[in-house]
Amino acid sequence: MSQFKFWNDVNTVLSLDGPITKGPQPRYERKKMSSNSFNLSKQRSLSSSSISVTKTPCKTPLRKSKTPTPNKTGRTPAGDRFIPSRVASNLDLAHYKLSQDPNQEESSAKKELKRMLNENLHCNQRVLSYAKKAPAASEGFQNPMRVLYSHTRTPASVKAANRYIPQAPDRILDAPDIIDDFYLNLMDWGSNNVLAAALGSHVYLWNAGTGNIEQLLELEGNDYVCSLAWIQEGDSLAVGTTEGVVQLWDCARAKRLRVMAGHSARVGSLAWNSYVVTSGCRSGQILHHDVRQREHVLATISAHSQEVCGLAWSPDGRHLASGGNDNMVNVWSAVSGGCHSNNTPLHTFGQHQAAIKALAWCPWQAHVLATGGGTADRHIRIWNCNTGTCVHSIDTKSQVSSLLWAQNYKELVSGHGFANNEVTIWKYPAMTKVADLKGHTARVLHLAMSPDGSTILSAGADETLRLWKCFVKDPLKTKDKEATVRARPSALKQCIR
Amino acid sequence: MAAAVKNKSAINVKGSANIVCDYLNYGINSILFQRGLYPPENFSTTENYGLSILMSTDNKIKEFLSTTLGQLKEWLVKRMVNKVALVIANVKTLEVMERWDFNIEYEGNAEDGETRTSEKPLKQIKNEIRDVLKQIASSVAYLPLLECLCSFDLQIYTTNDVDLPEEWAVAEPANVRNAQSVKMRSFSTNIHKMETVVTYKNDD
Repeated sequence: MSQFKFWNDVNTVLSLDGPITKGPQPRYERKKMSSNSFNLSKQRSLSSSSISVTKTPCKTPLRKSKTPTPNKTGRTPAGDRFIPSRVASNLDLAHYKLSQDPNQEESSAKKELKRMLNENLHCNQRVLSYAKKAPAASEGFQNPMRVLYSHTRTPASVKAANRYIPQAPDRILDAPDIIDDFYLNLMDWGSNNVLAAALGSHVYLWNAGTGNIEQLLELEGNDYVCSLAWIQEGDSLAVGTTEGVVQLWDCARAKRLRVMAGHSARVGSLAWNSYVVTSGCRSGQILHHDVRQREHVLATISAHSQEVCGLAWSPDGRHLASGGNDNMVNVWSAVSGGCHSNNTPLHTFGQHQAAIKALAWCPWQAHVLATGGGTADRHIRIWNCNTGTCVHSIDTKSQVSSLLWAQNYKELVSGHGFANNEVTIWKYPAMTKVADLKGHTARVLHLAMSPDGSTILSAGADETLRLWKCFVKDPLKTKDKEATVRARPSALKQCIR
Repeated sequence: MAAAVKNKSAINVKGSANIVCDYLNYGINSILFQRGLYPPENFSTTENYGLSILMSTDNKIKEFLSTTLGQLKEWLVKRMVNKVALVIANVKTLEVMERWDFNIEYEGNAEDGETRTSEKPLKQIKNEIRDVLKQIASSVAYLPLLECLCSFDLQIYTTNDVDLPEEWAVAEPANVRNAQSVKMRSFSTNIHKMETVVTYKNDD
């Protein structure tokens, strides 16, 4: 309330033409008033004295004469000293006037100057415009140039991790002729600790334990390998090609087991669920192949209108996620008692604004899915597939090409394209940045994790594979865990004491 | 015979005004696209000056530009326009974010008036225009991002003696606060000389 009162005061003061109602009276007015009263009392006393003189001249002349003294009127005499009274003065107002007035005068002077300048500058011209204006873009439209400007900004501060994450890669391998195509999946690290990488028309196997490299296959003609996927357990590798076939290889014997046709275009994504290999095609079709049977096609799903570039089965085998170039993510539930999915999606998520290649299921919460969008979208979204809701969404400011969940820590790894070509580690569920691993000179295309979960491998368009040892288990912490388990019986000792 | 050929290739005042207005039409559309004022879906490519230029397909924008530029053409012929300003303003706060000034100078004596002709080859003029349009397209590199929803307006600075046509109004000159400006190349038809300047808000 007090500020309203103050502003009322200010307003009344600022209307300079009206009478002054608030604030201390000027000195000359007070002086006039007090001198008036003094004169009045004087006059009255004089007259009374004169009356007393005429009525009773000799009875009590002394007492009568005392009353007319000006001191007895009870008023302070009007002297030449000014003693300010704090009650009567408005200090707020005084301060306001002291501090504001000169500025205001100046600004009005400036305005005047501006007006004069304008008049002089534009003395010979008029500014005209057509009255019917062109409409603005529709509400909610965002400037598409935003993508160009906000690429390099990092969204979240890199939080100090409580463990050491090496900023340089542990090892760098050459990957000549790796195809720089966002829609392919050219790398997989199997449970047998063998990394399969497709370089052009070749597939190489790199044994991470021994360091041996062998060539598994070479396609003929202009064909190239579009996707690779290791079976969950074992030495079987599925290879998708430009011809639209899925080849099955036994890598222990380096022998092709079978060729499964069915697609009309290249097979850009593969995912295993037990004996079923699911393949996604450029035509938008998803096929489920039963690798044990002669009639291998279990189901054909046409839900995506464009190339399927991401496929992932959840670790418990109950859900399949597929992402396409049509900016859609579909989640399918497995048929009861089978290892392939239903023909109708359980959830369809259309929130991404670009192709979704990066898909990853959370290893410790089976219903949590992470998805990442391409250049126009750049978001990582976390979904709860039980409820079909988006739990988290974070703008990474650059293309998300790959996503992985850490096994040893509650963290998420993402591979990015332009502008920093970095691999980023995120804390889950806070989604704060833990570390940025920089080094690739072109965009990161694929990510893979070693079977023990300690090492990340990133394949870049700069034809290198970089190994990052960023999830090494903390020996102290694992010891601590064992210690707590062992310490439990000691509670008994405490009781005794 | 030689005189006839000469006359055939000469540009008169009306033709020069046409060239200037064509340039403005392409330039303004290009700015609207490059600065991201409207969704890119509403633009289609057109080939001109040896460049592919994105032109708005929105009927209201097309109509606005054709009326404004049509009126401008009349005034250009009568030597009444000094400047055309494309003002980009925030829709919500009406703050002026950016201004593109197209300053027009008239070459030759005023007495020549509407009879003046230019011998400058059309090809050379088009090349000059192409250079300016290329500069406009590359201006995205240094201009700040227009993050808010923006609209545009065209203000024509005319001489005092112009009659106000119907549906036209006198506008307040729009100034950019804390401004910085960049001058582009200029081109000339030997009748009209066009200089393009962009003024933008300097954030830092």
